[in-house]
Amino acid sequence: MHGLMQGVQGYIYPDELELQWGVLIVLYPYITGLVAGAFILASLERVFKVEAVKPTYRLALLTALAFLLVAPLPLQLHLGHPERSLEMYFTPHTTSAMAMFGFVYLWYLMAVLVLEIWLDYRKDIVLMWKASTGLKAWMYKIMALGSDDISERALLTDDKVGHFITIVGIPSAFLLHGYVGFIFGSVKANPWWSSPMMPVVFLFSAIVSGIALVLVMYQFTAWYKRLPVRMDCLDTIARYLMYAFIIDFSLEMLDLLHRIYEADESFKSLDFMVHTRLYFSQIILQIILGTLLPIGMLALAQLVKLTDKARQGLYAAAGLLTLVGIFAMRWNVVIGGQLFSKSFLGYTTYKMDLVSREGLLPSIVLMILPFVILAVLVRILPPWPSAEDEAA
Amino acid sequence: MDETRRDFLLKTGKFIVLSAAAAGAWEAVVHGQPDRVPEAYRLLDHWWAFTIDIDKCIGCGNCVYACKKENDVPLEPQFSRTWVERYHVNPDDMEHPEVDSPDGGYFGFPEKYAGQDGKNFFVPKMCNHCATSPCVQVCPVGATFESPDGVVLVDKSYCLGCRYCVQACPYGCRFIDPRTSTVDKCTLCYHRITKGLTTACCEVCPTGARQLGDLKNPNDPIHAFLRDHKVQILKPQMATGAKCYYNGLDGSVR
Repeated sequence: MHGLMQGVQGYIYPDELELQWGVLIVLYPYITGLVAGAFILASLERVFKVEAVKPTYRLALLTALAFLLVAPLPLQLHLGHPERSLEMYFTPHTTSAMAMFGFVYLWYLMAVLVLEIWLDYRKDIVLMWKASTGLKAWMYKIMALGSDDISERALLTDDKVGHFITIVGIPSAFLLHGYVGFIFGSVKANPWWSSPMMPVVFLFSAIVSGIALVLVMYQFTAWYKRLPVRMDCLDTIARYLMYAFIIDFSLEMLDLLHRIYEADESFKSLDFMVHTRLYFSQIILQIILGTLLPIGMLALAQLVKLTDKARQGLYAAAGLLTLVGIFAMRWNVVIGGQLFSKSFLGYTTYKMDLVSREGLLPSIVLMILPFVILAVLVRILPPWPSAEDEAA
Repeated sequence: MDETRRDFLLKTGKFIVLSAAAAGAWEAVVHGQPDRVPEAYRLLDHWWAFTIDIDKCIGCGNCVYACKKENDVPLEPQFSRTWVERYHVNPDDMEHPEVDSPDGGYFGFPEKYAGQDGKNFFVPKMCNHCATSPCVQVCPVGATFESPDGVVLVDKSYCLGCRYCVQACPYGCRFIDPRTSTVDKCTLCYHRITKGLTTACCEVCPTGARQLGDLKNPNDPIHAFLRDHKVQILKPQMATGAKCYYNGLDGSVR
């Protein structure tokens, strides 16, 4: 009891002593955000014909898939009864924002991402099937669904259908993450969350984090595979990152300004929190190091003429800082929203476990897992341009 | 007589089958009429509500104790279906009441504000059994629901333990039972009230500060209580249709 009361200040309701949603629920919007963002970047090339970002198209899709496969795991780990989670599919409660997650997720995974990747890779899959033997040949044969038709007509159809799916995919990606924002934004009992801005802010921060991830991954894989980095591609992605970031930051500042000016009954609580318990994660990590600094770095690359090497370094650093900043943003929303009492009379602290089911260790594993999956995916479906593509 | 044996057998057969069916139906009608069974509890005849009289509450904590005992609620204070808050409001600073609830009020309240200026009072808290509950709205599988007689209940064999409802309740009335990993809350002693008894907390309240009421029963004293007192619900701005009515609720109570 006395151990539990440590870190409590003022009066809180009994059930607010321990946080209901911990670090795993921070990972959930973070990971789905990366998925949505990476996909939206990939679709730039396909739908809006931004040729410069083409070298990252496949890498972005595979990154999105790797993260999407991990996205439901933190939720699953967090449930008191994970074995009952399928009930969300069988008997969804239609008024619940959360109940729709399963459907949005499945739609996005199967109807959009897997199909788009398959159509884009179909020719390669068939070629790899023909070029390999034994188990490997079987694997590619199954992936090709047994069809080896790569005639010009068939490929044209692939491209047309793929184009259509990308067009469907963009609103789907918006839906996926805007919807995650709605899960929080629709909780009227919690003034830190309850806001119609929440889905929009979540969406733009998702785009920012996804672009940053691809920016970093592209440089990393190029370095690892000793492939040349296309600077026009890097510059374009960095520019998009800056634009998206400026929109995202403006939206968040608008939300903040609105709260400060309205100063409703919850404001004193929230203001106190930002100046104390959330000072480091909100002011230092999210706003200064995770937003203003990377925007400044990206702007610098636009304004000053820098060497390729310097720009690469600047972009990599800005990308990594952005990823940290957006993680801090998710943290501040999810954890921050539970540190103050709904009575507005007190505050609690988050005590993270280390090795328990909802602790730090599983979270670290869950953050590494998408990269492991990605490493496997790029082995099966290499996203790098072949020698002939490069020549052309 | 031009009826063949075949016709006769057919008619007799039909008669026997149909009369048996009719007899069965009649039986069902008789037994299906609940007013012939005096003890039957009819869901649609009740609409449960609750009244709390702040002026009568002495902060003895009997209700917290009885609730834990009756409903097998874990003893730690963070697992509480009902709890009592003590308010100390300084007349010069109405906006910042001093509130405490040691162990949810389980052991009563040791003297704290003797001789100090300001007003002191107790506020028992519990599920408000809202008519349009945010907790029910957000449950992804419908494990928590409003019963037709106005009680918010949980099907523990169905609850996922996702804790969305705990987040959605503006009053802090839900918690996760560590033994079942499912959500737990006040059931308004459903096992008692459907047998014509009152709740455990009302049963033991020495001053009658807590009262269960049936809004569909025209003879229930709750009607007089609501008519004769200036009552208020908690956080009316949340528009949850709360059915826990407080008499003498101070504006400082959150």
